[in-house]
Amino acid sequence: MKGDHQTLALLLFSAFIAVTLFITTWVGRNRQGSAEEFYAGGRLFSPMENGFAIAGDYMSAASFLGISGLIALFGYDGMLYSVGFLVAWLVVLLLVAELVRNCGRFTLADVVAARMAERPVRTAVGTSSVTVSVLYLVAQMVGAGSLVALLLGGTSDAARSWTVVGVGALMVIYVSFGGMRATTWIQIVKAVLLMAGAVALTVLVLVHFHGNVNNLLNAAAERSGHGKDFLAPGLRYGGDWTSRFDFISLGVALVLGTAGLPHILSRFYTVPTARAARRSVVWSIGLIGSFYLMTIVLGFGAAALVGSAEVRASNAAGNTAIPLLALDLGGGEGSTGGTILFAVVAAIAFATILAVVAGITLASSASVAHDLYASLRRPGRKKRSEVAVARTAAAGIGAVAIGLGLLAQDLNVAFLVGLAFAVAASANLPALLYSLFWRNFTTRGAVWAVYGGLIPAVVLVLVSPVVSGSPTSLFPGVDFQLFPLENPGLVSIPLGFLAGWIGTVISPEPPDEARHAEAEVRALTGAGAA
Amino acid sequence: MEKEAGPETAGVRLDDPWDDVPAPGRYDQDGTGGAATHDASGAAAPDPAPSAADIYLEVHRSAAFREVRRRYRRFVAPAALAFLLWYLAYVVAATTAPELMARPVAGAVNVAMVAGLGQFLTTFLLTWAYARHARLRRDRAALDLRWDTQEMTRGLGR
Repeated sequence: MKGDHQTLALLLFSAFIAVTLFITTWVGRNRQGSAEEFYAGGRLFSPMENGFAIAGDYMSAASFLGISGLIALFGYDGMLYSVGFLVAWLVVLLLVAELVRNCGRFTLADVVAARMAERPVRTAVGTSSVTVSVLYLVAQMVGAGSLVALLLGGTSDAARSWTVVGVGALMVIYVSFGGMRATTWIQIVKAVLLMAGAVALTVLVLVHFHGNVNNLLNAAAERSGHGKDFLAPGLRYGGDWTSRFDFISLGVALVLGTAGLPHILSRFYTVPTARAARRSVVWSIGLIGSFYLMTIVLGFGAAALVGSAEVRASNAAGNTAIPLLALDLGGGEGSTGGTILFAVVAAIAFATILAVVAGITLASSASVAHDLYASLRRPGRKKRSEVAVARTAAAGIGAVAIGLGLLAQDLNVAFLVGLAFAVAASANLPALLYSLFWRNFTTRGAVWAVYGGLIPAVVLVLVSPVVSGSPTSLFPGVDFQLFPLENPGLVSIPLGFLAGWIGTVISPEPPDEARHAEAEVRALTGAGAA
Repeated sequence: MEKEAGPETAGVRLDDPWDDVPAPGRYDQDGTGGAATHDASGAAAPDPAPSAADIYLEVHRSAAFREVRRRYRRFVAPAALAFLLWYLAYVVAATTAPELMARPVAGAVNVAMVAGLGQFLTTFLLTWAYARHARLRRDRAALDLRWDTQEMTRGLGR
């Protein structure tokens, strides 16, 4: 039996890889390698296409498997993640999407550097963008390794390592040969597959309970072993005040971090106008919102049909809740339906990871080539084509991510994602919001805002219980823990905003009124937009 | 709104000393015969035409631009504040007041469920409201300004 769904899952994986490689070569034919084409896919995607691609970029395996798993194990507390991940999109829609589309060309640093001294600002924002992307990338790679090993039954270290290497190689191929256009189509295919899979499973769960959500919730509460407590907050984050503050910190980081994720912001450059950028965010909010609503049904469904104890026995973090639910809905272990559904879900999860890593790799190679290389290149040296640098950077980032992914195999995936969001919210968001909305913002303020958020976020994690001082930390033997929270957001986000404010106030140079006027006119009207 | 847009954007006028040399093709409606002669002599002068920076400053000061910005900010500032506070209240309540959140409402549904689904609902509603506001109240005026500004800065490599 075990062999059956492994074979089928492997077949489906291979089919997906074949389709994506076909997209990469087909899209890449007859295209000259301009920067416009490589970073922005020609800027002519429709809002609907971009909306699906944004949703594909955002809905990682961590949300598909992780959040439903958390709900299956801890009930309501898992749902808090779904809410945070969705509400974050209001920040993107209201404050960021249109203005970023109008002001920038390819990267986040374009927007911040528009009215500042180019070199220091590009270097700072480029550095923090690459940091965020690499953290996020490592999280996805680690998740891919353990997920595939788990689903295919082979939990050996070799299988995990080869998965990480394979995923890394594939993402470099997609990005280097296909650029933004191939990456976008892969995201769209993945988003459609993921939505279809989620809808199918949700319908099956609801049919099982004859459409009665009340029965579903009661059954989940009963099978969970926690009774009514399962449907209320507190099972996971209800303990002492440290864990409560930790959750508040995570919640704030989730909501503010999305608007600072480089791979999300670069998606707005693939549509022609700010209006199209807005409409793509509206599409993606519809898709992402309905997806997270379905993960709630699936999580409670897994608790009700599979049982929290069984889920925990299969994987302590709950990551296998949805595959187990699929097996059960299809008719149980050994049935044809169960085998097929299980394999399909496994293949969708795999497709999800591949698409997400491709998007992040592209964004970080853009940061390296367009921001770091362009501003750090020694003047006078022979100038190489930026796209060639970006392709090389994609390979380099792939190598780094494979290396870190192999080293960090035992790190908790949700923690890494939370950390990436915290860094994005502390370093990128203050610089971005200040430069869009604050007239007196200066170069020094921008540089301070980035480093003033980035450095505290990283340092606080190093002295947090994640790294040392607790039995579950990275180095359990030593104890240099000084900061009680696992997620630094609650402290580092205000520090980023504060540093940007102080840097601006004590700047020697006055704010440049003309360039502010130009930036604001361009942001709100789209005049002169790329 | 569309009615006001015309006169307002026409108010985007350059009042600095260089103004008597109009940007090419911009002030046709003024129809002063002098414009043509100035234009010819202007080409020879060292820096006759307004720079792009001057044009952006002028547009920035214009009533039409202020109106677009005012409409954007008057919607976004209160809306962003409201949804951030509502989300923060939800997270803080979920972590610090579990008894309140566990209070049953109907059947298995409790206050926490209602609040969580309420977050989804308000997100969808605000998305709809913002898109509608932008489409009806801002898009056309912003587009007019965009074309006018681009028309004025055309040919001024900066």
